[in-house]
Amino acid sequence: MPAEIYLNVAVSGLLTGLVYGLMALGLSVIFGVVRVVNFAHGEMMTIAMYLAVALFSAYKLDPLVMLVPIAAVLFALGYVMQRGLINPFINRPEHSQFMLLVAVALIMVNALLIAFGPDARGVQTSYAFASFALGPLIVDANKAYAALAAVAVAGGLFAFFRYTLLGKAIRACADNYAGALVVGLDVKQLYALTFAIGSACVGACGAMMVLLVDVTPPLGPTYTLLAFVIVITGGLGSMAGALLGGVLIGVTEAMGGLLFTPSAKSMFTFAILVVVLLFRPQGLLGKRLT
Amino acid sequence: MIHLLTDGVSRRALKLLAGLCLALIAAPLAASDYLITVLILVLYFAYVGQAWNIMMGFAGQLSLGHALYVGLGAYAAAALYVHFGVGPWLGLWVAMASAAAVGAVIGFLAFRFGVGGVYFAILTIAFAEFARIGFDHWSWLGGSAGLFLPVANYAHNDLLTLRGGPTMFYYVMLTMTGAAFVVCHALLRSRIGYYWLAIRESPDAAQALGIDIFRCKMVAVVVSAAMTSLGGVLFAFYYNNLFPEQIFHISRSIELILGPIIGGIGTLVGPIVGAFLLTALAETLSEILRWAGIDLPGIKQVFYGFCLLGVVMFLPDGVWPPLGRWLGLAREEGER
Repeated sequence: MPAEIYLNVAVSGLLTGLVYGLMALGLSVIFGVVRVVNFAHGEMMTIAMYLAVALFSAYKLDPLVMLVPIAAVLFALGYVMQRGLINPFINRPEHSQFMLLVAVALIMVNALLIAFGPDARGVQTSYAFASFALGPLIVDANKAYAALAAVAVAGGLFAFFRYTLLGKAIRACADNYAGALVVGLDVKQLYALTFAIGSACVGACGAMMVLLVDVTPPLGPTYTLLAFVIVITGGLGSMAGALLGGVLIGVTEAMGGLLFTPSAKSMFTFAILVVVLLFRPQGLLGKRLT
Repeated sequence: MIHLLTDGVSRRALKLLAGLCLALIAAPLAASDYLITVLILVLYFAYVGQAWNIMMGFAGQLSLGHALYVGLGAYAAAALYVHFGVGPWLGLWVAMASAAAVGAVIGFLAFRFGVGGVYFAILTIAFAEFARIGFDHWSWLGGSAGLFLPVANYAHNDLLTLRGGPTMFYYVMLTMTGAAFVVCHALLRSRIGYYWLAIRESPDAAQALGIDIFRCKMVAVVVSAAMTSLGGVLFAFYYNNLFPEQIFHISRSIELILGPIIGGIGTLVGPIVGAFLLTALAETLSEILRWAGIDLPGIKQVFYGFCLLGVVMFLPDGVWPPLGRWLGLAREEGER
């Protein structure tokens, strides 16, 4: 095989990886602050993907334009979930929270199955088969736009947590729960907002993801698992780690699909997880486990 | 031997238990074939639920990838039978050994590096998914096209090769479930059982008391994996077909843990009560849907989801602890 193929596949994996990274970022933000592992993460993304597909097939609305409204819908969903369901579980044992979200995930996947059926759905945008040629590189337009959008959203999130008062308040909750209460922060409200922000992330990500893959209900659990693997690989609670992990997994999947068979590509993802857990259990950019 | 099992259990509980056993033993005399197949399913879930409960209920390690051990057991025994003509009674040792070995690897990876709680759960799912995709590409075992056991004449029961009708499988499954109950009861009363409970309640305190928590957790995962794989062996010989896409799938892992969670994590009766409740509810739901002429794939899972949601929210200890008190039975040791 000529060397360009490897390069092309690596770039394509990198672009997909950035979208993965945004998905994992949502999970990481929620976990970092609320300390609840959102086991329905991938399922929420499939909800966003179906929203994008439905809007496209009904009104021909471009998924990238619909990114903002879809993220807003998921924001609301996340807010309501945290307020109504998860908040009473904040002080329950870890496995209890986990079961709660397993139940939510189970309901979401199968409700989607009932609503949309088992067939794969996708969108055919006007630029679906377009590509850019950069020297020997041929970059798929879909992937390029999706990755750009992912970087933009991630950048916005970084800025939000760094420069806005609300972002700082949320970080304060994550750093010191008791301290945040003492200085008079409405922690419950901030938790709900954090969960909503993480959900909006995954909603935006879903709108991009429909450009890359067709959606079926069972994709939900697959993406949940992928998001976890990325977050653990990149390092828990590290926002940069989530993006780095996403890129790493994206490139690995693409190369694995090229060198072996595409259907076996996620085996390499799990191999990376095992290697990371063996040699750097805190993740690539994570703080040392205590 | 007997007094070890009956110590600390009230007479009333023993009577009820004996009554239940007799009813289950006599069931095939009265029940239709359909009911027998439903009961086999109940007993299967009670058995694997009991095996899972050793890890989560006793030692406090949440495994969400137990379908891995079911699948390994099923494939090991089925492959030996299909390719080499080795019967299930020899094959089950290979099944148990391979599941125990894989369980030990996962346990070593996780416990050695202090990967606990939810991360451990993710690791177990990751291994199950790894196996699912791996077996999908393993052509010697049929790959994604599936592995099939030669189907025997159902009129003839052959216990040696486990070829026969539902009634035979019912009794085999009943024996296994009963044995699992007795084994778990004995484990709970043993030294390691108390160590497990200590680790579940507080790993740090347990370690401070000089308990080798790494070793104890390893024993839990190995015992649980080996027991679960036996369920897989029976699954293979009962259904006669195996598909990686089904047997290793995460929905199977979740299905398997619903019984003990709904029944009551960490109790001996919980997995059995949970399996009965859940299967009975699911079958009733299927009947109602059939009667109403509704055919919606996924509706059963939505129902499972709401059951799980309801139990986690309103009965965090499961159905059995309040039910047991209501029946006037002594609280079990090791109960949450």
